[in-house]
Amino acid sequence: MHEMSIAQNILEIVDEYMVREPAAKLLEVVVEIGEMVAVVPDSLYFSYDVLVENSKYQDSKLIINILPLQGTCRSCGHVFKIENYNFNCPSCHSLDLHVQGGQELRISHLEVE
Amino acid sequence: MPVITVERKILKKNDEIAAENRRLFDENQIYVINLLSSPGSGKTSLLEKTLEHLNDEVAIGVVEGDVQTDNDAQRVSRYQVPVVQIVTNGGCHLEALLVQKALQNFDLSRLQFLVIENVGNLVCPANYDLGETLKVVMMSTTEGDDKPAKYPAMFRVSDIMIINKIDLLDYVDFDLEKAKAYALQINPKLHIFELSCKTGQGLDQWLSWLRSRIQT
Repeated sequence: MHEMSIAQNILEIVDEYMVREPAAKLLEVVVEIGEMVAVVPDSLYFSYDVLVENSKYQDSKLIINILPLQGTCRSCGHVFKIENYNFNCPSCHSLDLHVQGGQELRISHLEVE
Repeated sequence: MPVITVERKILKKNDEIAAENRRLFDENQIYVINLLSSPGSGKTSLLEKTLEHLNDEVAIGVVEGDVQTDNDAQRVSRYQVPVVQIVTNGGCHLEALLVQKALQNFDLSRLQFLVIENVGNLVCPANYDLGETLKVVMMSTTEGDDKPAKYPAMFRVSDIMIINKIDLLDYVDFDLEKAKAYALQINPKLHIFELSCKTGQGLDQWLSWLRSRIQT
C-alpha cells in the first residue's frame, strides 16, 4: 500500500535528522511496522532502493521490523500474542486491552558513521 | 555504530494536517464522519437517506471522494446541501490535505454535520486520519459475511459499522450473526447498525443515533 510514497516520507524525515549531522554518513534506517498495516516489506525495500540510488544515501539500507500484534490485559495483566485478530484476553476474556504491534508505522532510529 | 533516535511516525505530515482539520471542526462545533466501505456497499445511498431525513433539522455539508466523475456529488446536490467533490485521478484514498483544501469551499460557521464520503476501498483509507470525529465502515449483505475477517485493520480502526442491504438476506448466503461476530471479535467496541437504504428498514435507529450525537 503506497510503498513508494511511504519511502518518500521516510526519506523526508531522514533528511530532517541528517541535516543536523553534516559529517555523518547514513548506514541504516530502521522502521517499525505493525502487523495490521498493509505495507508489503519487499515493495518498501524496493521503493527505498530506487529512491536512494545515485543520491547521498545510496549506500544506506532500510531495515524493517514487523511488530507482532500483542495485547496486555488491563483487567488481569496477562501479556499475550493476539492470534487471528481475536482482541480479547485468553486468560480472563476481558475486552479491555492495551494493544501493540497493530497500526504502527514509524521510524525507530538511524545508524550512522 | 552511532545511533540517531527518531521515533517519528512516517505519516506524521498527514496526522499534523488532520489535527489542523480537527481543530477547525472543534472550533466550529461540527460533527464529522469519515464514511468508508468497498465500492458499491451503499455509502452514497446512506448519505442520500440521511440527507432526506435530517436536512431540515441539521445544517449538513458533504465532501465526496472518488477516483473519477462527480456523479456522487451530483446525487447529493439534489438535496440542496453544500457539497465539494474531490476527484483523485487515481488516488485510492483521501488524505488530510485534500480534505483541508476542500474545506476552504464551505462556510464552516454554518455547518453542524459534515460527511466525508471516502473513496471506495477497505484497505488504504484505514491509515489516513482526515480529522474526523468518527469512522463509519459500511458493508453489505452481498459481500460475504467474512468481510471483517478479511479486512481487520479497517474494522479495528472504525467506531461504527453499518450492514446495508438487509432486504436481500433471503437471496444471499449471508449469515448476519456471523458477520457481527467477526466484526466484534476484531473490535469489541464497534457499534453496529443493520439497515436497508432501499426499503428504509433499520434507518430510524441510525438517524436517532446520529441526531443524539450531532446535537451534543
